[in-house]
Amino acid sequence: MMDFAHWLPIVWAVILVAAITIYVILDGFDLGIGMLFALERNQGRRDVMINTIAPVWDGNETWMVLGGAVLYGVFPGAYATLLPALYLPIVLMLLALIFRGVSFEFRIMTRGTAREGLWEVGFMAGSGIAAFSQGAILGGVIQGIAVTDGAFTGGALDWLTPFSVLCGLAVMCGYALLGATWLVWRTTDVLEASCRKWAAWLAVGLFVGIVAVSLWTPLLHAPYLRRWTDWPNILFVAPVPVLVVVLGVLLAAGLRRGHSKGPFLCALGWFFLCLSGLGITVWPYAVPPSLTLWDVSSPPSSQFFQLVGTAILLPIILTYTIYSYRVFRGKVTEADGYH
Amino acid sequence: MQTAPDLALLLARFQFAFTVGVHIIFPAFSIGLAAYLAVLEGLWLKTGRQVFLDLYRYWIKAFSIVFSMGVVSGLVMSYEFGTNWAVFSRKAGPITGVLLSYEVMTAFFLEAGFLGVMLFGMNKVGRGLHFAATCCVSVGTLISMTWILASNSWMQTPRGYTIDPATGRFMPDDWLAIIFNPSFPFRLVHMGLAAFLSVAFVVGATGAWHMLKARREGVIASEPVRVMFSMAMWMAAIVAPLQILAGDAHGLNTLKYQPVKIAAMEGDWETEGRASELLFGIPNMKTERTDYAVRVPLLGSLILTHSLDGKVPGMKDFPRDQRPPSPVIFFSFRIMVALAMLMALVGFWSLWLRRTSALFTSPVFHRVAVCMAPAGFVALLCGWVTTEVGRQPWTVYGLLRTSESVSPIVLSSMAVTMTAFVVVYVIVFGSGLGILLRLLGRAPEEGEHGASPSHAADVLATHTHPGIAGPIPGEGA
Repeated sequence: MMDFAHWLPIVWAVILVAAITIYVILDGFDLGIGMLFALERNQGRRDVMINTIAPVWDGNETWMVLGGAVLYGVFPGAYATLLPALYLPIVLMLLALIFRGVSFEFRIMTRGTAREGLWEVGFMAGSGIAAFSQGAILGGVIQGIAVTDGAFTGGALDWLTPFSVLCGLAVMCGYALLGATWLVWRTTDVLEASCRKWAAWLAVGLFVGIVAVSLWTPLLHAPYLRRWTDWPNILFVAPVPVLVVVLGVLLAAGLRRGHSKGPFLCALGWFFLCLSGLGITVWPYAVPPSLTLWDVSSPPSSQFFQLVGTAILLPIILTYTIYSYRVFRGKVTEADGYH
Repeated sequence: MQTAPDLALLLARFQFAFTVGVHIIFPAFSIGLAAYLAVLEGLWLKTGRQVFLDLYRYWIKAFSIVFSMGVVSGLVMSYEFGTNWAVFSRKAGPITGVLLSYEVMTAFFLEAGFLGVMLFGMNKVGRGLHFAATCCVSVGTLISMTWILASNSWMQTPRGYTIDPATGRFMPDDWLAIIFNPSFPFRLVHMGLAAFLSVAFVVGATGAWHMLKARREGVIASEPVRVMFSMAMWMAAIVAPLQILAGDAHGLNTLKYQPVKIAAMEGDWETEGRASELLFGIPNMKTERTDYAVRVPLLGSLILTHSLDGKVPGMKDFPRDQRPPSPVIFFSFRIMVALAMLMALVGFWSLWLRRTSALFTSPVFHRVAVCMAPAGFVALLCGWVTTEVGRQPWTVYGLLRTSESVSPIVLSSMAVTMTAFVVVYVIVFGSGLGILLRLLGRAPEEGEHGASPSHAADVLATHTHPGIAGPIPGEGA
């Protein structure tokens, strides 16, 4: 039983990180496309941008609901500590996602009226603010939460620091890069060419962001620094920064040489590496710097019951999600029938 | 004098009630409408009649709007348990969080995964697969309702747990007992019927509106309009009486497991046999009496125990600090019941008109049907207020108090976000309602376009109905 109680939270941590990674990647390009609206003024091309994600954005956002639900059911101690601590950026994110989500339908349904502009702005601003909030929330978790007796005891604005703002801006940049490279893959002609140009600038911006966050994070708490510098840890973690540079070179080459899918895959790789790096840094804390996975997890009976369902359902979900993506695969142009 | 934490608790409750109250409308709408769409597409595939395809394409546009509003307002809920009710989440999360996770994995992904195909995929996947996608979305809405009501019912009638003495956490012992807790089957049936009935009255009102319009213009209402009206009135005639029976059964269940909730709903203070039923009154929690009471002798016992001398509980049997606020649920319950009676009457009236072949030619009935458009949703919200406010002062009934469930959020943060929620919800969902009314203000056409929004936009641009669209809230109209 002791072993069970030890291993279940580890298994769940892996599942949770996987769900968050899938969310960040999938909704990342949705939110990125929302931000890129600011750079593309042509209505026909804006429609194409939206059409590449209209059939799938809802499923993408569901991964965030799953993340919340898993935290609630498996790590209720973290759910009950992180959410009050990050109350303001979370509410800001939720409100922004409301504007973003309804704008898909509303901007079309109000087309030709004065209100269409409101929903175009709602889509752009909603995407941008949601992306920033997510980065700030991430930064807020990494820099640590004030906890006494397992409950949040800090102030309402504890999360707001230069570090969390940097994380917010880096995530905005990263999502926009995902969006731009997604559009390079899924569109043609003028839009594709614009996206290649934007992607190059955004890649530079994100690279700077990654370097800045990577150098700053180990200075926040001593254990963070030791994780990356102690022997023999360094052997296992050294490939992470090396791979970041390699992917950066591949990304630049792919954009220049006209690769279609390559730049998007490189951007995905960057996100994967960043999230892995953060996982390595924060492990084994669910609420840094005081509560570990085991401090915040629900009883093994809850975790096990949920694990059985997840083991059966997650592969099914992935199967029909991939099916749904395949139905709408291929380049999207202005001539396409579906919106 | 109220202290800042008291006010923060009040705001946390009000914020949660406001956001979930707005949210609950959309899933209920989606449950009813997705089932209706599945029926329409099935009928089209079976009979090949164009009218069913026209109706499918007409209502799927409304569905896409309603569903997206449900998704965004629902996302808020999945985080609000933790932001507003941290202690509740920490203690009950091992049970309610797990149920929510199952809802996400069995329902939300299913709905979201097939919604794209349902809305945009008719030409890409063929008729059979498209119908399968519609059915998946519809089944997803029903599965979703099942899990969330299991969770909600567990909070009303908790079973299958033990409380960990060290942490106060609810530890699951028996998942079947947790899910199939005593109030769950009754709440599931009652809510499911409510969703179908609410949508039936919206569909019926839309049909009635267009028949009145056709009459004004001196033309015969089109076939899709007549078919949708007729289908909706069949639902009203069948489901409204069923709902009254289901509500009665749910009431008996509540009497057994939460007697003080029933006492507060009825405004009864003394436990008595041969109890009267109050048609009206103003319950006063301080003086422990119900003022201005209008009574019908014996009816209280008859309704609650199905016998003339059955014993009916009174609030005085329960300590003051365990009574729910009677003035709220006394009225919400009565509004719900009155609307249920009205809906059943409309259903019976439609049967009578059918017998005399006047269903499509009675302008009085059509006007009544238009007025009844929101009846189902108003009744649903009143029922929800009755059961949730009636659970007070507990979050987990009898075990965890609401005042001990709240998050450590300061009053100023609560006040800021409360304002932001109200402003954003009024703008977004007010606009959504305006768009929905504009969509439904346009009659279905033969050869109706699908959910392709470019077509919808063309149509909307040329057929605006300011009479019912009205100003969009939040735009300073």
